[in-house]
Amino acid sequence: MQPVERQPAKPINAAGAASLSEVSKLYGSFAALRKVTVEFAVGSSTVVLGDNGAGKSTLLRMIAGLISPTRGTVHVFGGEPRAQRRRIAYMSHEAMLYDEMSAMENLRYFARLQGDAEKAARTPEQSLLAVGLDPALTRPVGQYSQGMRQRASLARVLLTDPELLLLDEPFSNLDVNSANHMVELLMEFRGWPVTGASSEQLACGRTIVLTTHQAHLAEPLAETTLTMKTGAILSEVKR
Amino acid sequence: MKTLVKAKNEAGYESQGLKSYFSHVLCHLQKDLRLEWRSRDSVVGMLFFALLVVIIFSLAFDPTAAVSRQIAGGILWVALLFASFTALNQSWTREQRNRVLDAHRMSPAPASALFLGKALANLLFVVLIEVVLAPLFIVFYNLHALGQGWMLAVVMPLGTWALVCNGTFFAALSLRTRNRELLLPLILVPISLPALLGMMQATTAILTGESDPGIWIRLLVAYNIAFTTVCLLLFETVLSAD
Repeated sequence: MQPVERQPAKPINAAGAASLSEVSKLYGSFAALRKVTVEFAVGSSTVVLGDNGAGKSTLLRMIAGLISPTRGTVHVFGGEPRAQRRRIAYMSHEAMLYDEMSAMENLRYFARLQGDAEKAARTPEQSLLAVGLDPALTRPVGQYSQGMRQRASLARVLLTDPELLLLDEPFSNLDVNSANHMVELLMEFRGWPVTGASSEQLACGRTIVLTTHQAHLAEPLAETTLTMKTGAILSEVKR
Repeated sequence: MKTLVKAKNEAGYESQGLKSYFSHVLCHLQKDLRLEWRSRDSVVGMLFFALLVVIIFSLAFDPTAAVSRQIAGGILWVALLFASFTALNQSWTREQRNRVLDAHRMSPAPASALFLGKALANLLFVVLIEVVLAPLFIVFYNLHALGQGWMLAVVMPLGTWALVCNGTFFAALSLRTRNRELLLPLILVPISLPALLGMMQATTAILTGESDPGIWIRLLVAYNIAFTTVCLLLFETVLSAD
């Protein structure tokens, strides 16, 4: 493990995959984020570490456009996060799938919401196979094991072919083998060609931001490691 | 000629947009029907609640046929209003479970399509309850319409839409509050008062044949147009709220 050291705030390049400038998020008098300034370059892979309540999930949800900052600005691919919804995918530690439907039914539903199925980079079947789930499985998601739910959830986000993938505690409730399999898949995902991308984007690849408090599991993805504490970024270490 | 081609292209683009919009609405509707078919959470709860109200009022008042015609409209709509709260709360609870709502918030599909799909699903659930309830209502209250009975086929869907459209919207609005089961009736009943008045008066007018239900039907139509438009326009804001 590399030594953690405090780094000064850097100027923000709004053309990065995501950038936050002096961002604070207050819930009443509680500050979930305090003047966070950080940039995630296109094609980078970042692991955000921190204890519970450090502000990791708030950071991710803000980049995803699910919450707005109380102060400061957030840019994703140079624009408002909500305007870039087609290019972002967010996976929570909860499945974000309907318990009463099978993984395949869930994925077909979300694929239809995504728009033109013919132009989609991959089909629900391909997404499920990529995460090692059988597309023919008819059992509802509510009856899946935690590992299967996480994989189905990952298949949902891969289906949308995101350029920026935000993963909030993806290894929670997973055994070490399943977590390692997920990391392998994410490493592979970074190399998948971006649909309709420029040659510059193709060279950079896809961006991953992942939060966890199990640093050892995410080690292969930790090109950059951010450590957060009480809503602030304590350190940024590049490999 | 160029203008004509441009107009045709624009019309094509618009029809494509509309087609895509209604395909999203249909997608949400099918999903809600499928979820309800598998869980039967909303319909069963609503049915038992509505049946209880109808039976209890029938036993409590033991009305004659003439009195029945006077009070049936009120009892019917109150039973449906309170029963529909179950379905309305339930329909958004499903979206909150496993944080599926976040997936919708990140989806490029229009938010109003989610609202419309869900409102249509709720409409079908309540209509199903009405279909089951109607014969029992006739038996328990010894009813036969003295006015134009076929007009009930106009009043019932209009009144039901007024309930479920606002109900779906305000259930979504109260989703993030701690006491949403309590909050929904507190908001929905006052907002729905004009519509409730219209439904009850129109139903009573049809059953008794003593007055013309036309004015109440027009009130319901105007109410539905106004509130459906407002709900569709504001739903994106409700869904995107932190």
